[in-house]
Formats: sequence, C-alpha cells, structure tokens
Amino acid sequence: MKKYLLDLKVTSVQQVHQRYVLIKLTDEKLLPPMLPGQFVEVRVEGSPSTFLRRPISINFVDVAANELWLLVAAVGEGTRRLACLRAGDKVNVLFPLGHGFSLPQSVTERLLLVGGGVGVAPLLYLGAEMQRLGVEPTFLLGARTKADLLMLDYFKRYGRVFITTEDGSEGEKGFVTNHSLLKQEQFTRIATCGPTPMMKAVAAYARQVGCDCEVSLENLMACGLGACLCCVEKTTEGNVCVCKDGPVFNIQKLLWQV
Amino acid sequence: MASLSVKIKDLTLKNPVMTASGTFGYGLEFADLMPLDGIGGIIVKGTTLRAREGNDYPRMAETASGMLNCVGLQNKGVDYFCTDIYPQIKDIDTNIIVNVSGSSPEDYAECAARIDSLECIPAIELNISCPNVKDGGMAFGVSCSGAASVVKAVRERYHKTLIVKLSPNVTDIAEIARAVEAEGADSVSLINTLMGMAIDIERRRPLLSIGTGGLSGPAVKPVALRMVWQVARAVKIPVVGLGGISTAKDAIEFLMAGATAIEIGTANFLDPTVSIKVRDGINDWLDAHGCQSVYDIIGAIR
Repeated sequence: MKKYLLDLKVTSVQQVHQRYVLIKLTDEKLLPPMLPGQFVEVRVEGSPSTFLRRPISINFVDVAANELWLLVAAVGEGTRRLACLRAGDKVNVLFPLGHGFSLPQSVTERLLLVGGGVGVAPLLYLGAEMQRLGVEPTFLLGARTKADLLMLDYFKRYGRVFITTEDGSEGEKGFVTNHSLLKQEQFTRIATCGPTPMMKAVAAYARQVGCDCEVSLENLMACGLGACLCCVEKTTEGNVCVCKDGPVFNIQKLLWQV
Repeated sequence: MASLSVKIKDLTLKNPVMTASGTFGYGLEFADLMPLDGIGGIIVKGTTLRAREGNDYPRMAETASGMLNCVGLQNKGVDYFCTDIYPQIKDIDTNIIVNVSGSSPEDYAECAARIDSLECIPAIELNISCPNVKDGGMAFGVSCSGAASVVKAVRERYHKTLIVKLSPNVTDIAEIARAVEAEGADSVSLINTLMGMAIDIERRRPLLSIGTGGLSGPAVKPVALRMVWQVARAVKIPVVGLGGISTAKDAIEFLMAGATAIEIGTANFLDPTVSIKVRDGINDWLDAHGCQSVYDIIGAIR
C-alpha cells in the first residue's frame, strides 16, 4: 500500500482514562486507505529525549468524518507530549505502515478478537471492518479493573462484548484466557493484541483448540519502513521486521515457546 | 542556480547528498515518500559474502538526540543482492552504491568482486567500521595494518570507485585514513557510529542485546565534523562526511570542513524526505551567497 507523510490536523483530544487519550486526526484531502492492524508513526516535536517517531496502532477510521483515530497510552515523555495536543494542532504522520490482520473470507467464519489494556486499540477498527463485511465479531476484552476498560461503548456497536477484570469489578474475574466463553463456544479465527504474556496465553489456547490465530507485536522500532532492521522478531523465516512484515503475524510463523 | 555536481574519482554525483548505509534500506522502502533520483547517491545496506542473521532483539535504544543500534549486519548475502535486489534498483537514476562488509580480507574481496560485475553499481563503500559484529567489521578499522590489509585485498579485485568507511572509535582517525589512501582507496567516508551503551536501571541490564551499540544522530555531529576536518587535511582523496546530519546547515558545515559529499543517516528515520530538503537547502544557501558551484564551499573554512 502506498505510504504517505502528511501533516494531519487534530480535530479532538479526548481523555478516555487517566492514562489514555483518544486523538482524532483529519486532513483537507481524503485520508488514504488503511487496513485494520496497520499503524502510523507520529513525529513528536520539541524534545531531545524523544528523538524517534512514535509508532501507534490505528484505532479506527471514521470514513464519513474523514478521521483517523489513535488511542494513545501516555506512558513516556513522547506519548505524554502527544496527549497534550489540542484541537487545531498539526502532527506529522507517516502512514499507513505494516501488514494488518486478515479479514474474513466467508460470512460463516466465527471471529474472536481478544484485547488487553491499550492493546484493544486496533481491534475496534478490525471489528468494524468485519461487521461491514458481514461477519459480526465477538470481542473478549481484559483489564485490571472496571475503570481500565477502554472504549466499551464503541466496541458494543460492532459485536458481542465479553469482559474479564483482574479484580472482578466488571465481567468475569481473572484473565481473558480464563473466560467461560472459551469453554462454551468455538471460533474459526482469533485476533489478539495486548501485553505479550496475554497474547502468548491466547496463542497457547488457539494451538490447543486448533484455531487460526494472529497476534499484533509491538517491538521497539525506529524507521517503521523496514530499513533499519531494529524491530526484528524471530520467525520460521529468520529475523523479520515487525514494522514491515508485521506487526500482525500468524502464530504459526513465530518461534514463540507457548 | 548553482552547480551541485561533485566528483569522487570517476563517480559523478548530481548533488553531494547521499543516504547512509543501514538507514535507507535499498531505497525502495522510501520510494512512495520521496523521488529517489533526486539525490546524489543511495548507499544500500551492509552486504556480506554469506547471509547473516544479525544480533538478537533488542537492537535499538533511543538516547538524547540520537539512538544506539546493534543490528549486526543482518543481510541475505551478496548473491541474494545480485539476483533479487539488484534488478529492482539498477534503473534508479542515481548512484547505487553497495556497502560491503566481511570477516576476513578474502571475504571482503570476494564480495566486492561479485559486485564489481554489476554494471549499474559504480562504487562500493567498504565497511571496516561496524561496531556490532565480533568477527571482522570494526576489528579491521581500528588499526592501520588491519585497515590496509582489507583495502589491499579488495583493491586487487575491485576496479571501480572504492570508498572506505572509517570508524571513529580510534585514537587517530587521520592515520587510518592515510593508511587506506596508501593502499589505493579512492575516497574515505566518515564517521561510522560511535560505540556506546545504555542501561535499564530497573532490570540492571544493558538495553541492547549484546551490551553495546553504535551511537548515531545529532548527538554525534560535532565529533563527526571534527574528524572530517582532520581527515580532509590529512589525505588527498575526496572525503565523504556523515554523522548526525539532519539539516542543510549541518551539511554545509561538513562541506566547509572539507567533505566533497555527505551522507544522511539516522535523520531518515525522523523525516524520510530529509535528504531532498538538505539538497534544496544547500542549493538555496549557495544561491543566496552568490556561489556558482558547491565546490566554492568545499574545504572553505577560513
């Protein structure tokens, strides 16, 4: 897919949680096509300690409003600066990057999207695209507490939503892989994004039940274009760039010990 | 409009701006974002005789105004380059230069000889300065005898323009430059990355998989500029300057210090179009100062 380097305009910055903001961006021209699971690299201005661009997954593309949504966890200096953006500001964005999730091949597929923490971000756009293609997905979302569940109302627009929290304050208590849904229903494909231990547990479940599974990795990266070879992951084909050959991989291709 | 064209031995660059090895892939990765034929040259990623997997992840750490990397020359080997990559890039209207590395003088020479046969590759950049591999790489570039041995072996089997990329991790870089000049190098490029380190204080472990890595980016620019100035005064062959260049002003500093051409490296990660902006900025500066040619400012510090 053709890549673009554009100065996008911030339309709104919404605090969706103590540590997370939802940044909506637009352009005078029509935004280029983007696929679920792809990401952008955002330039952070004015800080010597945040030298490189910040890779952020595409949370949603609102075609009607010509908006690109980014769900940003303010975890370090760079992302905290992004969280301070205001409506009207311009941000320099390199996108769309990488290789996204597989989309349903037939309307009979049963799709499970498993997200944890800020890893739920790309699953919203993925779920919306699946619904648009005629397959309503099932979301299984995990968080520490009820207050840490992000964008629930949005997810409910596109499919069934099941929840686990570590303290039991919402949904079932425990981790996503403990949810009773996994014992009650069978799926043809799983897509997951979140903390690595969670994705590894989901991958182990998928292997056990013989279900196709894709995971989205977030290795540290620099260029985002497959040029610097910093973000590599070990695969059946050797070291490959997460930024270019991923960030989404089928678990069959990864050398994860799960 | 001033003339931007420069020459490195028999190699003519339409302008003095090239992209540095390891920061620009094979150029193709940037083709959507900027006109590849708008710059003087593209130095493609480090190529070795046999395929290399490189070092383990993590290979990168961000630092103040720069970054560390320990990629370790991951590449699929020179034959893969010749059969799979070369056909895709040979018709780009600029100088495609291959960065060649190895673990013995014979390896370097064999790799260079295979590239010598590629019609559309007019030059190589010999990497005797990679700090991230145990076997070879910088080991050759830190002594005059080591550097000379590689250049001698390659010069016997490589007949086009030979640029030798020098390591800054030495006591006297000018001495190394003179040693490779004496063995027939047509040009030297400098600097490769400065060896550095970063530590995760919570885990009490280095951030990079092999402990150390090469520092690049604006943080190294003053060091690079000083070394280019020293080397340009020590040798007669043209010098290619690199190290932290991210603006036209940076590039002009290197030209004034004595570089005939410059390379842009890490800055490509921040702005994939930066090399075009640097080219245009050099042109604008020359016009604004009544210069007819970029040669008016090469080595022109008073």
